[in-house]
Amino acid sequence: MTLNDTLQETFTALSANKVRSGLTVLGIVIGIGSVIAMVSVGQGAASGIQSSIQSLGSNLLQVTPGAARTAGGFGVSGGRGTSSTLKQDDANAIASQVQYVAGVASEVSSRQQITAKGTNTNTSVIGVTSAYPEIRNVSIDQGSFISDDQNNSLAKVAVLGPTAAGDLFGTDDTTADGLPNGIVGQTIRIKGMEFKVIGITAAKGSSGFSNQDDTVYIPAKSAQRFLTGNDSVSSIDIQASSADTMATVQDDVTNLLLALHGISDPTKADFSVLNQNDLLSAVSNVSQTLTILLASIAGISLIVGGIGIMNMMLTTVTERTREIGLRKAIGAKKADISRQFLIEATVLTLIGGTLGVVLGGGVALAINALGLITTSISVSSVVLAFGVSAAIGILFGWYPARRAASLNPIEALRYE
Amino acid sequence: MIEVTDITKTYGNGDTTFQALKGVSFTIEDGEFVAIMGPSGSGKSTMMHILGCLDIPTTGTYFLDGKDVSTMDDEQLADIRKDKVGFVFQAFNLLPRTTVLRNVVLPLVYAGVGIDEREKRAKHALVSAGLTESHFLHKSNELSGGQIQRVAIARALVNEPTLILADEPTGNLDTKTGEVVLGTFQKLNEEHGRTIVLITHEPDVAEHAKRIITLRDGTIVSDTTSHTRRRAHHI
Repeated sequence: MTLNDTLQETFTALSANKVRSGLTVLGIVIGIGSVIAMVSVGQGAASGIQSSIQSLGSNLLQVTPGAARTAGGFGVSGGRGTSSTLKQDDANAIASQVQYVAGVASEVSSRQQITAKGTNTNTSVIGVTSAYPEIRNVSIDQGSFISDDQNNSLAKVAVLGPTAAGDLFGTDDTTADGLPNGIVGQTIRIKGMEFKVIGITAAKGSSGFSNQDDTVYIPAKSAQRFLTGNDSVSSIDIQASSADTMATVQDDVTNLLLALHGISDPTKADFSVLNQNDLLSAVSNVSQTLTILLASIAGISLIVGGIGIMNMMLTTVTERTREIGLRKAIGAKKADISRQFLIEATVLTLIGGTLGVVLGGGVALAINALGLITTSISVSSVVLAFGVSAAIGILFGWYPARRAASLNPIEALRYE
Repeated sequence: MIEVTDITKTYGNGDTTFQALKGVSFTIEDGEFVAIMGPSGSGKSTMMHILGCLDIPTTGTYFLDGKDVSTMDDEQLADIRKDKVGFVFQAFNLLPRTTVLRNVVLPLVYAGVGIDEREKRAKHALVSAGLTESHFLHKSNELSGGQIQRVAIARALVNEPTLILADEPTGNLDTKTGEVVLGTFQKLNEEHGRTIVLITHEPDVAEHAKRIITLRDGTIVSDTTSHTRRRAHHI
């Protein structure tokens, strides 16, 4: 019996009881669909969080004054203004003495009321050096970033984040990518002092609790002189040369700063070194757990769907006992009968699997379109779901098929 | 050619055995039309199962076309059924919701015959069994009882079997339709030389055959060749 003939028999048999076949398929559709939708939600959440952490800069370590207080929120609990133990000298020492350091940028942050042309906003003002954009993945959209010369000469210049620029100068006149136009060259006032706008950064989006676009950058030394009034820095960003060297750099920086600050007991350090990788792995652990949880709930419905298939196939075998007897009488072998029932079960699950992929993908896209959560449909989850559905068809179809094949033709023909 | 020698069949084991056949021997030549008759419990159903290669005897030998089928296993028996035996049953003959043509093609599907060839042979068999082209694409449940039985006969013919085995083929039909079906068998036997074995408990039906083997309590009580057999009106 050729495959083509078997498929024709299968089609006839399945279409003979459309409602039952349909309901059985529905079980698989829901199972596969929910696996794909759930996994896409989990993976979408994971990749969203990871990309926003990555947007802070790659291979990044951050030294902040004071002991770390709460977990999470990398850019937030940076000991802002609470301690003034970090100095520019620390940053210089790290840059010159620690191996595998690709770049060092110190930040002097504070929160200020800023005015411009009658509008005003309260936002974070970060004093930075020219190394900052490279390390923190900041790119310039218009104008230029702060130079070393401007830093050393305590120039009163500012680079605006797009959100801050929009807040201060309105969004009526915009460029092609939606940024306010004609801002470079204008002036803003911080603490009553005029700063000339020399550039606007490209949009990065928010990460965690902070909007990285709602920021004003000024030279670090200007910030120390005019805004904070002391020579401390609020954090030091260190870029390691590669992901592999991050742990080494973290240890070396910790030891160097302990020595510089004259502290012998590491538990009493007046600073902390945060490692982006730690954060990433913590987040991906959480999201992985979430994905597994969602997938296993969905997997249960897949198994229930499989049992539905087995139930239907067993009913079918009982119902068609005389047909099986007849087929055997006219020359069907055991293998012909068992293959026929196995293929019926497999076709059911494959139809269910295909529809389930469509349904799950559709749900994931709909969730995305509604803006609830960013979802990402991975090829692996589709392949997995499809493979599992085929396996379920074979697994749960095997027993009924075997029962059908092993029927005695005489008894099967007499079956009432 | 069918050669049955000293066949017994015992069901059950231990104390509760029942011997359905107690040493039956006969020979059926190619082209014969034989009725195996007997009341219920005579062993004729068991005989039918053994002749049809659905079952094997406990002792004794059964040669079908020179092949000893009495010691074959299930798979070998399935092969023999496919090539050498055509069945017509009392009831539930056809696959429901399936066209007449597909029903007749089915044995050839299992035999692995190509699509064009099997359609040709199925149509030929249907015409031989007295059906016309207009019936071919009807679903089996749209036919009358007599038509169903003739489709079943066509299906039994289609693989050119050594033996057509009919188990109470008129049992579910009224007398007139039964006559038509029996006439079909007579025509196939006389005009096409088909070997037909008819299993029945009704003497009226058995009388349509040329030879009647009567079973009672598992043994042959008579084996007569009739010269005045009943004629069914031909179709």
